[in-house]
Amino acid sequence: MNIGVLALQGDFHEHTKVLQSIGVSSRLVKLPRDLTGLDGLIIPGGESTTIGKLAEDYDLIEPLRQFGQLHAIWGTCAGAIFLSKDVKRDQPLLRLMDIEVQRNAFGRQVDSFEIDLQAPFLEYGESQPYHAVFIRAPMIKSVYGKAEILLKLPDGAIVAAKQGRLLATSFHPELTEDDRFHRYFVELTQS
Amino acid sequence: MEQQVATEKVKRGLAQMLKGGVIMDVVTPEHAKIAEDAGAVAVMALERVPADIRADGGVARMSDPELIIKIMETVSIPVMAKVRIGHFVEAQILESLGVDYIDESEVLTPADEEHHINKHDFKIPFVCGCRNLGEALRRIGEGAAMIRTKGEAGTGDVVEAVRHARTVMGEIRRLQNMPEEELMSFAKEIGAPYNLVKETRELGRLPVVNFAAGGIATPADAGLMMQLGVDGVFVGSGIFKSGDPAKRAKAIVKATTHYNDPAILAEVSRNLGEPMVGRQVTDIPESELIASRGW
Repeated sequence: MNIGVLALQGDFHEHTKVLQSIGVSSRLVKLPRDLTGLDGLIIPGGESTTIGKLAEDYDLIEPLRQFGQLHAIWGTCAGAIFLSKDVKRDQPLLRLMDIEVQRNAFGRQVDSFEIDLQAPFLEYGESQPYHAVFIRAPMIKSVYGKAEILLKLPDGAIVAAKQGRLLATSFHPELTEDDRFHRYFVELTQS
Repeated sequence: MEQQVATEKVKRGLAQMLKGGVIMDVVTPEHAKIAEDAGAVAVMALERVPADIRADGGVARMSDPELIIKIMETVSIPVMAKVRIGHFVEAQILESLGVDYIDESEVLTPADEEHHINKHDFKIPFVCGCRNLGEALRRIGEGAAMIRTKGEAGTGDVVEAVRHARTVMGEIRRLQNMPEEELMSFAKEIGAPYNLVKETRELGRLPVVNFAAGGIATPADAGLMMQLGVDGVFVGSGIFKSGDPAKRAKAIVKATTHYNDPAILAEVSRNLGEPMVGRQVTDIPESELIASRGW
């Protein structure tokens, strides 16, 4: 089991640290050749415009699309934006998931927040809430086609979606001590 | 549990999202757009870049809110703005504008020669400059959620940024090799809060994100700072004081990502046009040095 973490920009080291702590080896991905032999890929939080432009400049868009046809990919925040079909803005996207995402949907940094969510699909999810961290976060405006809603905020905003082995979260599991989301993704990789 | 805002986690968290990226000084909405298109992770909105502040002399203050608002309306990436050291009312004004980060900056003329802002009072996170570990941990103690080296802003000379980054890293290495009973004396010696000294030792790095700033002018400079172990770079005068800002901005973004790949660094460094006119730090009289501001 070897999981790649896209390392063009953002909090990729936070992801590799969690993977290491649950005994999963990982590799940083900066160029197309780095994808060879990986079982799954995480696209971290960061600035989606920066990540998209660097992916385009180093010819990663097509290889990432092909990787996503065969393997699991999880995008957190900027990564979720990058996985989506549509953000109503002109920026490079992988367009792998049937979701429309709105960037900075909750406002600016002053509106960034933390909240407990009920996530029954996680280990102990029935009894232990999942503490989620949202930073200048995107919202999943709509889910269609083969994508399904995974998590909503109490006010109904969609903040996690899944499509086969593709996973998108508006929040940052890599910023908390709770590793259940990473374990969930590793299982998805093996399914 | 109810939703919580302005926590330490979300303040430090935004800086974590900027890691591996370039934050660019911009003085107009047009500059801001060029920076965003080049792949900047954030922009610093200000009226004059440090090289001009240095050349113009006089008192440098917070920028006109009108300019900051226009830049916030122009780009989708985070917008930062500077306040004078200790000027908590300028910070209140920037907070009311809703900027994403406040830089309590030695580049502006200090408003208080003894005290920095109590940054815990604010919902907006702060970044502050440092020359050494003690200064970094004092600022974090006051509530800074991100640290940068001071370097010597507006010079295009990277030597001070290198000195400050090496000093911080060197002190952390020393701290890690120290027996437990020496920590209190070390905290006293560097003038840093004991609990943060302990935390830094356990983490083997600063407890918050640490960028390089002050004198970075080329892709190679960005690569150098990244290889020295910083989390990302600020480029002030280096981009918009150069011959071809858009091209140089893109090149520095790529260099910051591929900092350990010399072939890519060579490729992005080709035909960039004129760099900013540099000014050697050793030629600047001590009274004009900026990095010594801050306490």
